[in-house]
Amino acid sequence: MEYIMIIITAIFVNNILLSQFLGICPFIGVSNKISTSLGMSGAIMFVMTIATISTWLIYNYLLVPFGIEFMQTISFILVIAALVQMVEIILKKTSPALYQALGVYLPLITTNCAILGVALLVIQKDYDLIRSVVFSVSTSAGYALALIIFAGIREQFELAEIPQGLKGVPIALITAGILAMAFMGFAGLA
Amino acid sequence: MAKKESTLWNLLSTLVMITFFSSALLGGTYLLTKDPIAEAAAEKKNFAIKKVLPGFDNHPGQESYTIQSIDQTGELIGYPGLSEGKLVGTAVETYTMKGFGGLIRLMVGLDPEGKILSISVLEQKETPGLGTHITDKEFQDLFIGKNPGEMPLKVRKDGGDIDAITAATISSRAFCDAVQRAYDSWKNHTKKND
Amino acid sequence: MSLMKIFTNGFIKENPLFVLVLGTCPSLATTTSATNGLGMGLATTFVLGLSNLAIALTARHIPDKVRIPAFIVIIATLVTIVDLLMSAWVNSPGPNGEPSLYDQLGIFIPLIVVNCIVLGRAEAFASKNKPIASLLDGLGSGLGFTFALSLVGSIRELLGSGSVFGLNLLPAQSNILIFILAPGGFIVLGYVIALVNRLKRT
Repeated sequence: MEYIMIIITAIFVNNILLSQFLGICPFIGVSNKISTSLGMSGAIMFVMTIATISTWLIYNYLLVPFGIEFMQTISFILVIAALVQMVEIILKKTSPALYQALGVYLPLITTNCAILGVALLVIQKDYDLIRSVVFSVSTSAGYALALIIFAGIREQFELAEIPQGLKGVPIALITAGILAMAFMGFAGLA
Repeated sequence: MAKKESTLWNLLSTLVMITFFSSALLGGTYLLTKDPIAEAAAEKKNFAIKKVLPGFDNHPGQESYTIQSIDQTGELIGYPGLSEGKLVGTAVETYTMKGFGGLIRLMVGLDPEGKILSISVLEQKETPGLGTHITDKEFQDLFIGKNPGEMPLKVRKDGGDIDAITAATISSRAFCDAVQRAYDSWKNHTKKND
Repeated sequence: MSLMKIFTNGFIKENPLFVLVLGTCPSLATTTSATNGLGMGLATTFVLGLSNLAIALTARHIPDKVRIPAFIVIIATLVTIVDLLMSAWVNSPGPNGEPSLYDQLGIFIPLIVVNCIVLGRAEAFASKNKPIASLLDGLGSGLGFTFALSLVGSIRELLGSGSVFGLNLLPAQSNILIFILAPGGFIVLGYVIALVNRLKRT
């Protein structure tokens, strides 16, 4: 039951993009087409889950025993950066097809604050390992959901007459605002 | 000066040097800020205790004890306030998970009979402008003087006598839950220790 | 380019938020009030200035292959220092038990590490320029970001809670709650950028 709560909350109620504001840069940047946002979502789900597991282990088995929890930011970001590199190399060697699909998005992910954000949130919420995994998988699913819906809307922009000044980023932000309002309807679900 | 070449030795020595300086700098800052951080945390707690308890002359922050939650889902903390050695009230640090944004933590002051003296919100993630009204004095004043043992704290919708905050029934309900939990767990704890 | 020009460049012409649209995450999340926006902006400015300085001083000694990891370590160190300093000295609750500035900014302090502005300035400016110029560039960009955050924060606070920097200006009945909630952040930033675009054209 508790896991279901975590899942629903992470996907709908506290959607990481639309209510926590994490990972907005790629949201505005790559969400022009459904196909690119599918690739980005896949890469994020993949990295976020592995990153959360590794940072959780490092925090609880390395930083806590030595009493140096204040090093969490610096160690997490290094782990994530290294991890992204490693995933890129491994994918290239073992699964060229998957690399083709996700490869271009991987370098962008290191500076995606959603990844570091989830790693830090899991520590802040004091989750155990299983909860952390459930949380990171469902959070990234929520991210994917928002990204894909948004890309679908933005594809329609090409057909719409948008005032000059609003073209590009401004209209994207305003649309995101309306989408966030729609997601507020989920509040109270969990 | 020319740029350093990317030989393995250069790569390694550069990274080692940088991490060494970083750790030294961080360790220094940590030592410098350790005490102020601990003080800030203690101050936050004492601030809340002072707000919910009447004049006490001991140090409740140092005489705290843990209380098992009545439903066994966690632990509460009791801070006894004494005046000239006599108990004037207990500040109970309580929580609920039923808030709109999940966790809400409160400090509830209870007099020796269990009547509510005052309440202070320690932590909440309710919706700004709606659920955050639980931090308002007007709402908290509804609870003062009530004894949750005589009349369970509930919002009117649930058959109680607390006026819920407009458009924030869930937050109000959660607030009642946390205060009720403080009373029930504290009562249970004192009964066991008598 | 004169030093003055370097400083003002980041402030107006290349304002990180309004013109380059970098660092959108903290600028949406921490601008529920003008004070929060200002606090976040200043914390970022501190990191930006010092990281630019540190990188300008060391960049020549860092081989290209480990440039990015080295920069990340330097930036993360500075961010952790800011985090520790803030949790020590801006961490006392308000008179009515409101959460402290540190608690309100919360997770977005450590997330300065991944703020694209910081790494962006390090790569684009500090790694190629002299220390003093880099420091000014960092401070300029940082203050431009601070200004942008305070402006967005003021608009949201005024529309949503009827006050600016905690100073009550409008009666409670005219508060439009949505502006301090998530959707309001997107919408206000969208319109402010549209306005900047419009002003730039003339």
